[in-house]
Amino acid sequence: MPIPLDYYLILSAALFTIGVVGVLIKRNPIVIFMCVELMLNAVNLTFVAFSRYHNDIGGQMMVIFVMAVAAAEVAVGLGILVSIFRNRASINVDEIDLMKG
Amino acid sequence: MTGQLLFFAFLAAVTIVCGIAMILADNPVRSALYLVLVLFSVALLFLTLHAVFIAAVQIIVYAGAIMVLFIFVIMLLNLGTPERIVDRLKPQQALGPVLGVVFVILLAFIISSLPTGKQPPLSNTLTGPFEIGMSLFTANWIFPFEIVSILLLVAAVGAVMLAKKRI
Repeated sequence: MPIPLDYYLILSAALFTIGVVGVLIKRNPIVIFMCVELMLNAVNLTFVAFSRYHNDIGGQMMVIFVMAVAAAEVAVGLGILVSIFRNRASINVDEIDLMKG
Repeated sequence: MTGQLLFFAFLAAVTIVCGIAMILADNPVRSALYLVLVLFSVALLFLTLHAVFIAAVQIIVYAGAIMVLFIFVIMLLNLGTPERIVDRLKPQQALGPVLGVVFVILLAFIISSLPTGKQPPLSNTLTGPFEIGMSLFTANWIFPFEIVSILLLVAAVGAVMLAKKRI
């Protein structure tokens, strides 16, 4: 009797929610990026679980693409952070309100 | 088997506890280390799903490359010991976890009410590099693969452009 698919789905829903809450309550942009990575990982877990339980390798292909996009996103995001820090010497997200209407 | 279920429960507990500890830690370095633990246990969960190649890539790319990038930026910007950040968003910080619990209950309800269609019997084959390569480099997935390579090139050039002081 293997582990039911629902267990994996509920685990990844919980992980995704932790990521969402982290993005909402943290004020440090690096930690916010980490929470976004957590959300991407939760989605990857869902993809792999469906791939196994439906005997379709397409889910694992999607995971590879998600990982590539995550790497690109982290590189660009951290580049933006370094450039903001250079101009303002502070990276509290509350103080970065240049585009506030 | 009950052994399988116990292992899954252990991994799930480690993942959830480390995830919560990650968003509760004040120090970004600690958050990063908890995130490493989460990534490792997700890699082990991939192994329990017989996705051997994905588990290896998870450890190499996430726990290796991406975490080094994070730690490096924390070190570069000297964020290891931040002064207490004044938060003007107190109501949000109280409301966030509550709405998070509501959200996860909602998701669990949706998942448990999904129709369980006829599932094919589980195969015991591992998905290693051979299967991944055969699928990735044939007609269906080769075009997205090339697009992703262009995306990575653009991201690398863009990151250099953004972080450089004077072009």
